Amino acid sequence: MLSISALHANAGDKPILKGISLTVNPGEVHAIMGPNGSGKSTLAQVIAGHPGYEVTGGSITYMNQDLLELDPEERAQQGVFLAFQYPVEIPGVTNAYFLRSAYNEIRKAKGEEEVDPMEFLDLMEKKLKLVDMDPAMLHRSVNAGFSGGEKKRNEILQMAVLEPKLAILDETDSGLDIDALRIVADGVNALKRPDNATIVVTHYQRLLNYIVPDFVHVLAGGKIVKSGGKELALELEQRGYEWVMDAA
Amino acid sequence: MGDGRGVSMQTSMQTYTDAFAAASASGGSAPAWLTGLRRRAHDEFVATGFPTTRNEDWHFTSVTPIAERTFKTPKVGTGAASVTDALALAAGESGWPRAVFVNGRFDSALSALGALGKDIRVATLPDALTEGPDWVANHLGSLAAFDKQAFTAFNTAFVNDGLVVRVPKNVKAPAPLHIIHVADASAAGCVIHPRLLVVVDANAELAIVESFVSTGSAEYLTNAVAEVRIGEGARVHHYKVQRESAEAFHVGTLQAHQSRGSLFHSFSYATGAALSRTNIYTKLAGEGAEARLNGLYLVDGTQHVDHQTFVEHIAPNCSSRELYKGILDGASHGVFNGKVFVDPEAQKTDGKQTNHALLLSPQARVDTKPQLEIFADDVKCTHGATVGRLDAIALFYMKSRGIGADAARALLTYAFAAEVLETVEIDSLKDALEAIAFQRFTNQVQR
Repeated sequence: MLSISALHANAGDKPILKGISLTVNPGEVHAIMGPNGSGKSTLAQVIAGHPGYEVTGGSITYMNQDLLELDPEERAQQGVFLAFQYPVEIPGVTNAYFLRSAYNEIRKAKGEEEVDPMEFLDLMEKKLKLVDMDPAMLHRSVNAGFSGGEKKRNEILQMAVLEPKLAILDETDSGLDIDALRIVADGVNALKRPDNATIVVTHYQRLLNYIVPDFVHVLAGGKIVKSGGKELALELEQRGYEWVMDAA
Repeated sequence: MGDGRGVSMQTSMQTYTDAFAAASASGGSAPAWLTGLRRRAHDEFVATGFPTTRNEDWHFTSVTPIAERTFKTPKVGTGAASVTDALALAAGESGWPRAVFVNGRFDSALSALGALGKDIRVATLPDALTEGPDWVANHLGSLAAFDKQAFTAFNTAFVNDGLVVRVPKNVKAPAPLHIIHVADASAAGCVIHPRLLVVVDANAELAIVESFVSTGSAEYLTNAVAEVRIGEGARVHHYKVQRESAEAFHVGTLQAHQSRGSLFHSFSYATGAALSRTNIYTKLAGEGAEARLNGLYLVDGTQHVDHQTFVEHIAPNCSSRELYKGILDGASHGVFNGKVFVDPEAQKTDGKQTNHALLLSPQARVDTKPQLEIFADDVKCTHGATVGRLDAIALFYMKSRGIGADAARALLTYAFAAEVLETVEIDSLKDALEAIAFQRFTNQVQR
């Protein structure tokens, strides 16, 4: 599904990613861990097409196409979804309008008919329950004045509505208490299917108790320095990141 | 003169003086108070002349294009606008009572005032002069001072047609009064001087939607003056919709006077004209009065749009709230100048002024000048202004959800405007203005 090869990327003149290779197949959950500043979030944002980063080398192939040739909206229309570490507030646009616009754009891209506001609200009812969200939140401006937990749940709600093939969760656990964490994780697990894949970017092992990864990769200094199974996450939890970086 | 317009300006002034003499000679039936008012205004206009950018109130807006032209008086009966054209452009409901002026002349065939009810007195200025009620003589020209105000003096010197409205005490107007000023192709080269006098007595309520629209792309000058006297506990809502032709010049001044416990709510929506200036002035003269002045302008190309507000806090315990937003594309230029004056007597004044501009292109420009003059010590007055561009991260966020670049820009631009459009209390008008705005953003981003 996703094949990243020798990826290099800069923020301004500063190299952040220095040769990342990673393959993700349908049905898999990959965790990307690493210390602060290792390039985890950059990798997530480059896959989504963030304009603040320049890819200087390597390639990303997604569903047999060159992902880097696609605009961010085209990537989303073809099933790439990034749950933002810092979801953006958009005062003046209601959550309902925003979600419906996105949902319809993605349907249009798939050659499906757009849904009207009433049909959309019916659909939303189920999705809201998944993340235990008050329907009143739909009529508030996107993320405006939401608490940290509400913002993260809102990201998962968007994911539930848009049903991506490749979901990337960028530090979705940061700033969540244990109850919110469980709600978010349950939502992600409920959306898991054999034909989609998830990349979980996180600093801590905690989230991986709830979203169990098939593979764990440690990112440091813009490179993957170690890969392993879910037991690697536990080892990192006990021993910290130092030993992996020293070994690399 | 620094802007080198001396010769043409003298020529145009002479032409206006000649036109004034001709109008005075032919219009013999006017009452003495009115001919005196016109004469004083004419003399003031000639003495003051059009403002230059050395005048502090016009620092960011050069009216040279107006001063160097000589606008004619429109001929009577040349209007040929159809009611559908006018109503379609004017953003109102067809069932509202309406007064339609075509090139400055009241058009009785296009107008329908019956729905206003029999309690509310409404008449054209010529009809009112024929009947001669004292209130018209007492109030016309009593609020819109023309001392050193060239455009108000210009209007007053040539005041002829217009509308006078009186809402007696405790009467609530059943529907908004829609005043539609239409300029058609035969307005080309002419100056139109719309005039409005509104007197709302104690505890009465009236909403007015005043639309300035054009059926074509003629070059003309609209120079409007409105006077609004608001009695104790009365409530007046004034919505101005300025959609003049792209070649037109528009100067409009509204002066309100508020008694104790009254509300004046003004909304100015400006998308038209090559050069426009809207003045919204109110005097909070009675204790506990409230002023809400809001506006939204959307311009592109080489349009210039200027708003000046002046809130005079004369009495104690009054509040004023101002929110103006502008969206500027192309090489357009926006100006907002908000003046607040607090008299030594106006203790416990609560004033807030906010102005935000969104620049959609690198060439667009905005100048903001808040002016607070506070002479009382126990007051709360704040002002804030921002100039910004579309947030790149918000655009990326929307795109990352599959929303295309054009739609994302339109949605964010619309979101910027939404806050101030929410202050429009007439739902159908709000919907119409939203639709005009949304259509305009969509066109902009597709260009």
